[in-house]
Amino acid sequence: MRWIAPIESLGRACLNGLAETGEILLLLVQAFLWLLRPPWRLRLIFKQMEFVGIKSINVVILTGAFTGAVFALQSYHGFSLFGAESLVGSTVALALTRELGPVLTCLMVTGRAGSAMAAELGTMRVTEQVDALYVMAVNPVQYLVLPRILASIIMLPVLTIVADYVGIVGGYIVGVHLLGINAGIFVAKIIEYMEISDISMGLIKAAFFGLILSLVGCYKGFYTHGGAEGVGRATTEAVVLASVLILAFDYVLTAIMF
Amino acid sequence: MDNIIELIDIHKSFGKQKVLDGLSLAVPRGQTTVIIGRSGGGKSVVLKHMIGLIKPDRGQVLVGGQDITQMDDRELNQVRKSFGMLFQDAALFDSMNVGDNVAFPLREHTRLSEKEIKRAVAEKLALVGLTGAEEKLPSQLSGGMRKRAGLARAIALEPEIILYDEPTTGLDPLLTDAINRLIKDTQERLKITAVVISHDLAGAYRIAHNIAMLYQGRIIASGSPDGLRQNQDPVVQQFIHGRAEGPIEVL
Repeated sequence: MRWIAPIESLGRACLNGLAETGEILLLLVQAFLWLLRPPWRLRLIFKQMEFVGIKSINVVILTGAFTGAVFALQSYHGFSLFGAESLVGSTVALALTRELGPVLTCLMVTGRAGSAMAAELGTMRVTEQVDALYVMAVNPVQYLVLPRILASIIMLPVLTIVADYVGIVGGYIVGVHLLGINAGIFVAKIIEYMEISDISMGLIKAAFFGLILSLVGCYKGFYTHGGAEGVGRATTEAVVLASVLILAFDYVLTAIMF
Repeated sequence: MDNIIELIDIHKSFGKQKVLDGLSLAVPRGQTTVIIGRSGGGKSVVLKHMIGLIKPDRGQVLVGGQDITQMDDRELNQVRKSFGMLFQDAALFDSMNVGDNVAFPLREHTRLSEKEIKRAVAEKLALVGLTGAEEKLPSQLSGGMRKRAGLARAIALEPEIILYDEPTTGLDPLLTDAINRLIKDTQERLKITAVVISHDLAGAYRIAHNIAMLYQGRIIASGSPDGLRQNQDPVVQQFIHGRAEGPIEVL
């Protein structure tokens, strides 16, 4: 039955995908059920907020600044073809707040913190530290997973605000100081075209992406098996899966919200 | 005799591999029971059934007469508080220092003040010969010290039962002896029940009140160390004399 093999493997891939989706959602449900029950581990949540948020600031500032700068540069060249250089400011600001701010911030944090979550939980799994939590009557979902998810949902919008702001400043520096756009017009056009909903929708996206990157990172780590190699695999898979999901849900959320 | 843990007709498979095949075992209260058997033969799986880390496909696990396989999380956690477990590589939390590791169960499950916790931690560390090691990180400890720190954490809540998963594997003979002595002392001093998994027979004879041998997913012999030595089952004889030839296929 050689002809059936490809169909078989396609079917298996689909089933695996479905099973994984189910497991990820179950982990999410478990984590949020723990939200209703004490103890609430504020100290752990703050620790994760520091790790996900404060320690990502440098990366986010650099990403935001260069993105804003290059965006100003590119759009200037485009707009100057028909004499609309005055729109550079608003273009940069809109692109950053609606798309690039949340998406790039979350992708960078996925690489930094999502991978670290998978590696840390994966190591804890393969060295039986997760079992040790169970044995000591502490639920690892509540102790390890929930604080990471909450911290990410809270901190990614904050980081996105930083990226938005720094990005617009980067665009301003390039647009006004390098390309000679009038500073007043640059700012006035931003104010004219940008609405508060552009920013808030971007932040909602960021919160949602924060959920994705932490949930996927924790899921891959939590169900790691196979020693050091398994930890490496979990880390890679977490980054790839979270990044793809962020980009896919970016489309979905944009289609729904704007 | 009063059995604190009873495994009754446990079946467990992982995928297609049958690991436990109708295993039954009783652990008497206040004594040390050693489970011996081949590497990869499912000894750790037996231990993990006792504390609900693994649920059997079929069978009952009675702890203090209650079937823990039927319990929900909350009830199971109550039962788990009467256990301490020493994992194979100690499973210390490597994000915390030794003192915080030992204090962890106390902080989670007691209302002791930090001062009392500090005193309890120092006392437990002294019991395992690690006085003053509170500030060290697990990564700075040798294998033997990690196991001792793990034991200090396992006895922190003064449990009724301690499970040891291969406590002496990978240690040199002197440390093996020291750990065995520690297991024996702990059991005698705290009057607890100990279940030890091992393939170190010399150690087993020294610390055990009872020895049970696991083979092909069942307990094929159990009894006092002397009883085991006199057991005429060729499988048991082959194992305790460490011969490559016999009914057990080695390679």
